[in-house]
Amino acid sequence: MSKVMVVTSGKGGVGKTTSSAALGAALAQAGQSVVLVDFDVGLRNLDLILGAERRVVFDLVNVIQGDAKLPQALIRDKRLETLHLLPASQTRDKDALTADGVERVIDELRQRFDWVLCDSPAGIEKGATLAMRHADVAVVVTNPEVSSVRDSDRIIGMLDSKTVRAEAGEKLEKHLLLTRYDTARAARGEMMKVEDVLEILAIPLLGVVPESPDVLTASNLGAPVTLHNPAAPAAKAYANAVRRLMGEDVRDEDAAAPKRGGLISRLFGRRAAA
Amino acid sequence: MNLLSLFNRNRTTAPVARDRLQVLLAHERALDGRADLAAVLQQEIMEVIARHIPIDRDKVMVKLERGRHVSTLAIDVEMPETALARD
Repeated sequence: MSKVMVVTSGKGGVGKTTSSAALGAALAQAGQSVVLVDFDVGLRNLDLILGAERRVVFDLVNVIQGDAKLPQALIRDKRLETLHLLPASQTRDKDALTADGVERVIDELRQRFDWVLCDSPAGIEKGATLAMRHADVAVVVTNPEVSSVRDSDRIIGMLDSKTVRAEAGEKLEKHLLLTRYDTARAARGEMMKVEDVLEILAIPLLGVVPESPDVLTASNLGAPVTLHNPAAPAAKAYANAVRRLMGEDVRDEDAAAPKRGGLISRLFGRRAAA
Repeated sequence: MNLLSLFNRNRTTAPVARDRLQVLLAHERALDGRADLAAVLQQEIMEVIARHIPIDRDKVMVKLERGRHVSTLAIDVEMPETALARD
């Protein structure tokens, strides 16, 4: 059964692309076949984070407009052979995406891959709504910061109303991925805690990715953090998030919060009211 | 101000963030695609007043305060001196 998963947030700069690359790579490392689709037409960056920027020939818009066949546009990762990228166009704008075209491409990708990961652009405009349109699963990337939480709340509302699943009255799995978390600052009351954000957004927790220098290092090198340094706390958090996505009941031992793992892992058991 | 408050007040800003978000999102969720009730009320009230007296839009003050339990909308209209005079 193939799954379409959108990585979204509303706000920019919270870690959507970093998380898409890391989750995609971790899924591929777990043996799944994965395609990452960059929906940020005009501002593509997933190619850069994956280290594939020099191999882009055709893109999503070319496929939608019939200028290229899907297999011609797919780029296979050099390190993980089950990881693929469908890049966004850099020279067009989001109006080049059409609802019909996106539907056709997603349907075709479903036939070929276990996971179709859609990396949403920031905002609530066409690019973002089309990225979430066909999702079976949504990962809402949020920083423990007021503007990010507000925008995530807005995006959750859109997931509940503007997706194909929502319109058909079907369930769409939503998960919270809290990124750039600093356990020490949260403990001192300088940053909202995991449970604060969970209480406000009321969707189940997929993972807590700690603020970590490894993320920048990995992006400098064009490698998803789970590939570059699997032992890094951020990489472990993504790997555990992927195990949860695949249905495993993972108790977070230390990835999210080395010193207070017990507290954080208890939160994963918590199911928010739908 | 004592030493303790110096230590505590500056640091524990997270509860403030949480409370502000809870109030704000309660209002934003209630909107759910509809126009902001306060904006609609303001517009309709102004239309009614304009039917009876000429209004200078620059002399209208609108204040909105969203609270956890009660919100207030205050519209302050400056009436021209002639408005209440009999014809």
